[in-house]
Amino acid sequence: MDSISLGSQVVQYIFTGLTVGAIYALVALGFNIIYNVTEVINFAQGEFVVWGGLILAVLAESLGIPLFFSFFISVGLVSLVGTVIYWTGIRPLRQPTILTMIMATIAISIILKGLAMFIWGKDPYAVQPFVEAPPVTLWGAYIQAQTFWVLGISVALVVALTLFYQHTLTGKAMRACADNPGAAGLVGISSGRMILFSFALSAALGAVGGAIITPITLMEYDRGAMLALKGFGAAILGGLGNFYGAVAAGFLLGLLESFATGFISSSYKDAIALIVLLGVLFARPQGLMGSSLQGDE
Amino acid sequence: MKRIGFVLAMVGVCAVTLLGSAQAADKEPYRIGALFAVTGPASFLGEPERNTAEMVKDMINASGGINGHPIELFVYDTEANATKTVVAAKKLINRDRVLAIIGPSTSGTSMAVVPIVNKAEVPMISCGASLKIGAPVEKRKWVFKVVPGDDLAVRLMYDYMKKQGIKKAAIMSVSTGYGISGRGQLNKLAPEYGIEIVADETYGPKESDLTAQLTKIRGTGADAIINWSIGPPQVVVTRNWKQLGIPIPLYQSYGFGSKRNIKLAGGAAEGVICPVSRIVIANRLPDEDPHSPVVKRYKALYEEKFKGEVSVFGGHAWDAMFQLAAALKAVGPDRARIRDYLETLQGFVGNNSIFNRSPTDHVGLGKDAYVMVVVKDGDWAILE
Amino acid sequence: MTMPLPEKNQTVTHIFLFALFVAVLPWVFGLSRATSYYTDVMVFVAIHSIIAAGLSLLLGYAGQISLGQAAFYGVGAYASGILTTRLGLSPWVGIMAGMALAAGLAYGVGLPALRLKGHYLAMATLGFGMIVYIVFNEFIGLTGGPSGFGEIPPIHFFGMEISSTLGFYYLVWTFALVVLWISLNIVHSRPGRALRAIHDSEKAAAGVGIDITRAKVQIFVVSGVFGALAGSLYAHFVTFINPPPFDIFFSIKVLMMVVIGGIGSIWGAYLGAALLTFLPEWLAFLEDFDVLAYGIILLAIVMFSPDGLVGLGSRVMGRIRNIKY
Repeated sequence: MDSISLGSQVVQYIFTGLTVGAIYALVALGFNIIYNVTEVINFAQGEFVVWGGLILAVLAESLGIPLFFSFFISVGLVSLVGTVIYWTGIRPLRQPTILTMIMATIAISIILKGLAMFIWGKDPYAVQPFVEAPPVTLWGAYIQAQTFWVLGISVALVVALTLFYQHTLTGKAMRACADNPGAAGLVGISSGRMILFSFALSAALGAVGGAIITPITLMEYDRGAMLALKGFGAAILGGLGNFYGAVAAGFLLGLLESFATGFISSSYKDAIALIVLLGVLFARPQGLMGSSLQGDE
Repeated sequence: MKRIGFVLAMVGVCAVTLLGSAQAADKEPYRIGALFAVTGPASFLGEPERNTAEMVKDMINASGGINGHPIELFVYDTEANATKTVVAAKKLINRDRVLAIIGPSTSGTSMAVVPIVNKAEVPMISCGASLKIGAPVEKRKWVFKVVPGDDLAVRLMYDYMKKQGIKKAAIMSVSTGYGISGRGQLNKLAPEYGIEIVADETYGPKESDLTAQLTKIRGTGADAIINWSIGPPQVVVTRNWKQLGIPIPLYQSYGFGSKRNIKLAGGAAEGVICPVSRIVIANRLPDEDPHSPVVKRYKALYEEKFKGEVSVFGGHAWDAMFQLAAALKAVGPDRARIRDYLETLQGFVGNNSIFNRSPTDHVGLGKDAYVMVVVKDGDWAILE
Repeated sequence: MTMPLPEKNQTVTHIFLFALFVAVLPWVFGLSRATSYYTDVMVFVAIHSIIAAGLSLLLGYAGQISLGQAAFYGVGAYASGILTTRLGLSPWVGIMAGMALAAGLAYGVGLPALRLKGHYLAMATLGFGMIVYIVFNEFIGLTGGPSGFGEIPPIHFFGMEISSTLGFYYLVWTFALVVLWISLNIVHSRPGRALRAIHDSEKAAAGVGIDITRAKVQIFVVSGVFGALAGSLYAHFVTFINPPPFDIFFSIKVLMMVVIGGIGSIWGAYLGAALLTFLPEWLAFLEDFDVLAYGIILLAIVMFSPDGLVGLGSRVMGRIRNIKY
């Protein structure tokens, strides 16, 4: 016999929701970084998460490289993958329309998934938690130590991104491209370079997501599509292009799912989250925090 | 413009025909078809099945074939997708003119192919687990099955739980064919063993965290948790169970029967109880167990050739291939007589069972396909 | 991206020629054992073409994206399957009921969703598709859940049971040709012109008195009805259904068919459906590498011919003409 009080259950659901939500938020942020420069949704975003996790698993577990270094090598490599994708798959597009670019990213996600299957096979991979520590007990709920790493790193990334966009030249240039590519070109900002940079950055972000979540969830080659869909939901719910919106919506979706599981039914948790999402969209067509202009094409 | 595609099609066709005719023909080969979910969501089934079927084919051909006829094996990847499977089955029947079909790997794709093989009168040995694949026999004239049904595993597990005095159980299952089938049997058979189901949670095959489901279960006063899934979630649930410090035992489905799962769970698997197929504990199988020679031979051959752990699922392809080989050896390349042979197959020793089929039972499995084990010191320990 | 439109009587001629081509195709395939099963593949080409035609109208002519077409496909399949197996109704009733249900759903979802733009509309239709998929999986009493159900009866046509592949081939292609004809007519009709106006500029269209929302919802309903028809035909051909063929990845595949074929061309949708249905067959010899090749080919088409196979074809034809003169 085992039992747990309602209050402890609620705390447990909150932390479960925040952990899952952090990954949705990171994927949603990745979408926004590219969207802000190109107006394209990069459907290969979920694959970056997968590659981040799998590369980390190989470096840290199979090759025995210390986790700290493995983490940064993995993020760097995936960021390189993002760059290669831009060079080989996006830049050569002729007369790119938004739809053809989306198609290209879907094709790229198929290729990345196929490659991952060849490199790592179909079995899942595990990574040790960043720090071996017993779970923390909080009001009767058990929270694994890795959860704090996930939350901490996610929040740190959001802060770093904000500073980057507001205070660095590259960040400002990327914002300029998003607002008005023509004018940005006139003042000497190369939009091609900025798109390239946005791919590298969002790939790195996805890789961080994969690296921090793999110790909790394991990682295998075909997890990307589902992550991309959830992240896309969060990006839309938050309002495309809005960073804080994406983060808030990511956590909100994660919490919705865990509370729906706890208090309604785990079978319908995705349906419940989606119904809320659709409800918000029908009431506020630009998402929770999107400006009304962003709803227009 | 439309024609461009078809011109391409014709070019492709010519290439395929040429490739096909280039094969050496000494004594007319026996053509066998196989439909396995080599990629896609059920690749955990299809990949070892494909490997095993190819391995058995090579073994038979290396030893001179069947009555001097080599086996030619046509394997198509179904991706566990019914549409693909239907096309592939038609391809095997109409183009490759196979004598019999092994697979499909999953229950859903098997059900999609049943009407096709019945109509074309091609014998099929499915590697799916659902009881519906083999029954009712009147509508499954050409269909056979080698995989023990989930009911056997559930009964064995409940029997053990009953002895442990467990009255209330909480079910968790993955929302795929594998999970839903186990979930159905778990709910259906519980009353027979005096077990009350106090929670019935499900989750998706790509779920990354199951603490919410487990937390909900903790509120129900269950005496045991039963998880029925395959792939990453069964490891995630094991870790979450340990991390949450849940004091009640965790039972898993036979899908947990892989050393890899114990390793992935990183110590959290200690104490997990599950039914497993004999192949999982091959090394500890007593010699008087009639399955022992088959299981040990298969394990040795597979692990030598593929440098990976043998799985319960590949064993299904082994059983199916050898049943078919036996049929071909006895009756030759005649679909109807192969079917009749498979229908009356007696005393065939496979990986999971000794098969005894009859015109009223196209499955023919014994009741002791599984053994209860517990994870102890990072390895399986047999429970008496 | 709209293509120049041929004259109306020319359209009828084109359909007629295409019908002839389709009619003799199984006999050509039958010449060689290696291609005989292509008739089965062509059945799926027809089914995919019907659902792609609907999305092509929506995407190419009304400029509205949908990532939820698989939901209509599934609604048609399940309506046909459930009504014929549970209630013993005629497959024709099942097909009609599926189309009616899809029309109702498309109207109900389209009304609020089609006010959304671009990626927001994509998400709304995606969410709709995922919810319907969850229903297929979870309403086990009705749908059989993930295990699905079988023994769906074949279609009867004037007392004839259509259960052979060849019989079904002619039936399904008759439907596909009718859908082609209807779609091309919609393109040429007054509502069709209204749709193209929406695609070009919503504000201008509204300015000349076109009820934009109404026009968009109408075409969404048409696309839903086509999707359901395709689904019903699938159910009666395969005679077994379970949820996976109706998942969101199929919606994405339908979108790829339309884009790869050529946005703004109904013929393109048929061409895209044919290519994406045959491609896995041609790539099967690569075994596990087929996924990779599939992705690379898709990327190459998008890269080198952004207006799809139709655009590629017309450029090639243009070159050939230039050489002549």
